[in-house]
Amino acid sequence: MEKRVIFNERWLPIWLVAPQMIVTLVFFFWPSVQAVWQSLLVEDAFGGNTKFVWFENFAQLFHDDNYFASARLTVVFSSLVACLGLALSLLLAVMADRVIRGASVYKTFLVWPYAVAPAVAGVLWGFLFNPSIGIVSYLLGNIGINFNYVSNGNQALLLVVMAAVWNQLSYNFLFFLAGLQSIPKSLIEAAAIDGAGPARRFWDIMFPLLSPTGFFLLVVNVIYAFIGTFGVVSALTQGGPGKATEILVYKVYNDGFRGQDLGGSAAQSVILMAVLILLTVVQFRFIERRVHY
Amino acid sequence: MVENRPWLTFLSHLTVILGTAIICFPIWMTFVASTHDQATMLHSPIPLLPGSHLIENYATVLTQGYGSKGVPVLVMLTNSMVMALGVALGKILISILAAFAVVYFRFPLRMVCFWAIFVTLMLPVEVRIVPTYGVVASLGMIDTYPGLIIPLIASATATFLFRQFFLSVPDELAEAARVDGASPMRFFRDILLPMSRTSIAALFVIQFIYGWNQYLWPLLITTKESFYTIVMSVSRQANVADAAPQWNLLMAMAMLAMLPPVLVLVFMQRLFVRGLVETEK
Repeated sequence: MEKRVIFNERWLPIWLVAPQMIVTLVFFFWPSVQAVWQSLLVEDAFGGNTKFVWFENFAQLFHDDNYFASARLTVVFSSLVACLGLALSLLLAVMADRVIRGASVYKTFLVWPYAVAPAVAGVLWGFLFNPSIGIVSYLLGNIGINFNYVSNGNQALLLVVMAAVWNQLSYNFLFFLAGLQSIPKSLIEAAAIDGAGPARRFWDIMFPLLSPTGFFLLVVNVIYAFIGTFGVVSALTQGGPGKATEILVYKVYNDGFRGQDLGGSAAQSVILMAVLILLTVVQFRFIERRVHY
Repeated sequence: MVENRPWLTFLSHLTVILGTAIICFPIWMTFVASTHDQATMLHSPIPLLPGSHLIENYATVLTQGYGSKGVPVLVMLTNSMVMALGVALGKILISILAAFAVVYFRFPLRMVCFWAIFVTLMLPVEVRIVPTYGVVASLGMIDTYPGLIIPLIASATATFLFRQFFLSVPDELAEAARVDGASPMRFFRDILLPMSRTSIAALFVIQFIYGWNQYLWPLLITTKESFYTIVMSVSRQANVADAAPQWNLLMAMAMLAMLPPVLVLVFMQRLFVRGLVETEK
């Protein structure tokens, strides 16, 4: 879409767009190009000597079992976060949509986890499940479950998933609720008159009509699980125990800043960027042609 | 509602209440922990109801900070506030100007600019963290407020929101302004800006929360304690390796870290929901 009426100025628009362009060029394009460039270099441990090695860093990554383990972990983690997050928020949204009395109160209480930083969310959940004083691990201990996320890798992963889902739940909930409320009431009423019960109405009318929102949220949640959960992981487990929760975005940071493996970290950055670009393109294609019925 | 099914209504209420309770539970426990003394928080089970040390704990962290050589949380809150406001206002300012230029003018490389801004949508700081850090370091912006703020204000979402909004503004308004001899900036200030008030406010809520909740960036860019933000400090202190945290003080800090964004969200909830749904369109 273009404007028909425009102003004829030569320099003014350049000045107007300049701040945004300068910030974008300096803090976005320059680092991105550098990431690509660095991914083709090898630097020895004491700095100084750098060598151009073409795709050796990438080749090394693809022969690295740790990297594949981390990639597999990220896939499992993202699917868990996205599926659990979507299912729970859909359930809550459908139920909240039915509720008339007190709906806005519920909404207020369900919305605010969005404002909690992922890093703080990690601390809160770490506190609840703390092996020595956490209230939930105490209760679990009483029924015979020994929950110790500091030493047990699977439990650590479970805890990170829970904290991540909790943090993202309000976002999903809001979008599902908005989607549900935009479904024409006449459709629901017609189905009810034809004798369709609530379950039937949900699966045959509401669910298909919600699918565009669902697709959109699926992509957003996968991106969130890939990137946004950095704070949760860092605050809760820092990738541990062992490497049980070291998802890709945390590995980029860990290898780059702690391991000082700049080339390898940059190669990982480039791969992660490619994945994100792919996801964003998918997201925009779905938004361009939303599924219509 | 379509029909009256008391059981189903009851079930709906029950589910939502249970969900709300589970969602609020971590925050409740945080609050409870922040109102007890340290001795109570050392052995399990910890109490489920608030204690009597609320004022004491909060006063301690606010003025003396956490631990023996901590920075007062008041300083961290100030840093977080500067950063959140800087990111939110900076983003709004540069993107409303850029959107105005892209929509209302024709200039060489206009579409190049547009796509260049668009690409930033795809790659958050986390994935290109090492080189971005390198750039900021080479510009001498470590341990400065601009270093904390400026790299985060390049973002496409705000520009898109404003572009979308400007495109929906009737052409007649710009035409009338031109006929009356108003300069483009006059048109921008007197007509477009007042019309975009709600979009600006909605965006402000989202970007304030985004800026306040930043974690990785301040963690890398600040080395002096006087520049620490509250969110990163909470997470840092929780992971001190040598000793068990002083949970009562740490949780008081966590409460303070959550309070401002939650307040902004709750009081501007309607605007927030609108902004959220619109930016993602």
